[in-house]
Amino acid sequence: MAVIFQGVGAAAALASSPSNSFDSNKSVFAPRRSFSVRKGASFAVVRSDGTVNLNPKDRRAQLLISNAVATKADSAAASSSSKPGHELLLFEALLEGLEEEMERDPHVCVMGEDVGHYGGSYKVTKGLAKKFGDLRVLDTPIAENSFTGMGIGAAMTGLRPVVEGMNMGFLLLAFNQISNNCGMLHYTSGGQFTIPIVIRGPGGVGRQLGAEHSQRLESYFQSIPGIQMVACSTPYNAKGLMKAAIRSENPVILFEHVLLYNLKERIPDEDYICNLEEAEMVRPGEHVTILTYSRMRYHVMQAAKTLVNKGYDPEVIDIRSLKPFDLFTIGNSVKKTHRVLIVEECMRTGGIGASLTAAITENFNDYLDAPIMCLSSQDVPTPYAGTLEEVTVVQPAQIVTAVEQLCQ
Amino acid sequence: MASAFSAAKFSAQPFPLNHTSTTSHDSSIVFAKPTSLFLGSTRKLRLTSSSKFNLSRRSGTVDAVSDVVKQKKSKSSPSLLITKEEGLELYEDLVLGRAFEDMCAQMYYRGKMFGFVHLYNGQEAVSTGFIKLLKQQDSVVSTYRDHVHALSKGVPARAVMSELFGKTTGCCRGQGGSMHMFSREHNVLGGFAFIGEGIPIATGAAFTSKYKREVLKEADCDHVTLAFFGDGTCNNGQFFECLNMAALWKLPIVFVVENNLWAIGMSHLRATSDPQIYKKGPAFGMPGIHVDGMDVLKVREVAKEAIGRARRGEGPTLVECETYRFRGHSLADPDELRDPAEKAHYAARDPITALKKYLIENSLASEAELKTIEKKIDEVVEDAVEFADESPVPARSQLLENVFADPKGFGIGPDGRYRCEDPKFTEGTAHV
Repeated sequence: MAVIFQGVGAAAALASSPSNSFDSNKSVFAPRRSFSVRKGASFAVVRSDGTVNLNPKDRRAQLLISNAVATKADSAAASSSSKPGHELLLFEALLEGLEEEMERDPHVCVMGEDVGHYGGSYKVTKGLAKKFGDLRVLDTPIAENSFTGMGIGAAMTGLRPVVEGMNMGFLLLAFNQISNNCGMLHYTSGGQFTIPIVIRGPGGVGRQLGAEHSQRLESYFQSIPGIQMVACSTPYNAKGLMKAAIRSENPVILFEHVLLYNLKERIPDEDYICNLEEAEMVRPGEHVTILTYSRMRYHVMQAAKTLVNKGYDPEVIDIRSLKPFDLFTIGNSVKKTHRVLIVEECMRTGGIGASLTAAITENFNDYLDAPIMCLSSQDVPTPYAGTLEEVTVVQPAQIVTAVEQLCQ
Repeated sequence: MASAFSAAKFSAQPFPLNHTSTTSHDSSIVFAKPTSLFLGSTRKLRLTSSSKFNLSRRSGTVDAVSDVVKQKKSKSSPSLLITKEEGLELYEDLVLGRAFEDMCAQMYYRGKMFGFVHLYNGQEAVSTGFIKLLKQQDSVVSTYRDHVHALSKGVPARAVMSELFGKTTGCCRGQGGSMHMFSREHNVLGGFAFIGEGIPIATGAAFTSKYKREVLKEADCDHVTLAFFGDGTCNNGQFFECLNMAALWKLPIVFVVENNLWAIGMSHLRATSDPQIYKKGPAFGMPGIHVDGMDVLKVREVAKEAIGRARRGEGPTLVECETYRFRGHSLADPDELRDPAEKAHYAARDPITALKKYLIENSLASEAELKTIEKKIDEVVEDAVEFADESPVPARSQLLENVFADPKGFGIGPDGRYRCEDPKFTEGTAHV
């Protein structure tokens, strides 16, 4: 098993280029809004046996497989107290964001299966029940439709619940409440009731979890009017988006990914949020705009290394906001590069990429030199077999090929 | 004063009919003779046709209120169930519900309102019996048959009528319609088009009440939530899931089943394996009560106990109100399936007639006083129609308002500004 992590404080031998210090106040494109600009995120692969592989073309290494033990050992070695901020894993960043918001506002509460005594099946709510009590961190029975509805009713009457779907796929059972009530009640009540709820949980294709546990619900929820959807991909934006979602008066669905929970990063000590409606510039470039989100960001960055070696200069944007799209950041990029590649883990039919393609075509058609390319997962239920699962999702090699095709 | 709802009584065995709606001070109300159980024996279920069955279900069962009172008078010192003021308040609310719904039917056939309109005629005793016991901060959650619940809770008739006409002055700015009556001021949390949908919402409102008391330390927060729904809903998963959660966490909620025997054209008896809904309460650890929903005073007595239980933090109660809707499921329903004999049977038990009789026979009110109330209500309803007629229809610009509480949710446009900052935004399209 290998682990890929992105860290500033990584041992010197591993880092190929230093990351910028985190400066959430400066932005490259729009001075009036704050963006986090992250240049040249570095990657290295550390195997659990301690050997280091700087060449991540190894097929196995390309899979983001989390190994909590390995990362714990590394974090002890890698963190250096002289640098600003503190290092943590993505699930800890979510936990930190959630905990800070619960301290800040006593109306914030958590509901879900195994969030309390168990600490969350991905440890995102670890320790919270002890600290805040069993009512604020509520262990629910297995009744997604009803406890999501209960969360919505609580939100209407003054609380700010954070509802966890143990796996996003389980929220299919809550579709009734999410579509009919969460999305609609603010409107059908003529604005009388707000629903400041956050619905969050892990989704995406994991490591041979089987078809039902590997679903991407963002494409199913995207049509629901009245909700916002965001997808986190780094500890930094995980914490930032969690806090922003909790503070938002709108219902927000926060998509996490099963394979990203053990990503490590150094994040600022001070309070910060990530704007819910903004996209994140991961790597500025000139030749092609690659739009992605969640786990595929890492496959894209993997491919980017190869592309850079081949002489291409891709601009990578993590769209983060799946609904609504940040057409400003995306548009500026399209206007610069004139070529767009979308890389997503959704299925092709009716996915986020499909909507994004339509939005870009409608708004920026004149700026395109080539048709938009969209790489999505295959329209199949995710197979259990590892070899088949691997080809269900987009791999870095396909991204490289696609860019080469686009840039001909 | 013994509570009629001691847990042991209810959680142990099925609830026999002859213990229904006892009040704390009178245990001698006569109910069904032991031979006629709530829905007849299971044998009967298979042998008789459904229409005959419905009648036999009700035969020789519950006495009318006036008979009860006569009995009480002869046994002990007279103690009426209500005072004159309460009586008039209840009567007014019943008449308001009836007159309003009758006016809705008229307006619908005149083309003033459209879509699905579900009228409450015949069931008024349940709404009045329960909701008139609530405080303003208590919450009510209903279904699509929600006009009268909103009215009982205090939403002005004008606001409800305007909403039905789709005008901006409606309680939901014309955006909700008949099936989505909401009022923040009066804590009416809807109004839901799909059955069962509102029950989790009600559970959430009750959760907030408990949270406020225990986490936010608002020690005097004893707000109660009432969830109204029908017999069809009692076969839906959300019903059972919420019974479980409410009992588990002892939420201050009362689940009120308005069992009118019909889910559009589906008879309750054809849809439900065990039609005695109140029995489902004890299965989840809460009392299950059955009450005559055509009798507002009986409903009120049961409601007092159930609401009191919730307020004291003793947890939820399931109340099954045996009631009937005089009209079809909605104004689009020709109502051909129900047996005319069944309809006649219940028409004879009209809750308004029953209360009128009670008030007059017990000298709580005179005919003239009641007539005055009826006249007043007629004026209120006429005024509501006039108001709704004269109110403006929503402008095009209202389309995109209230989609988001924070309109930044519409996102950032290509020019870098939030779409909602654009003054022309509401005239555009909503897609992002």
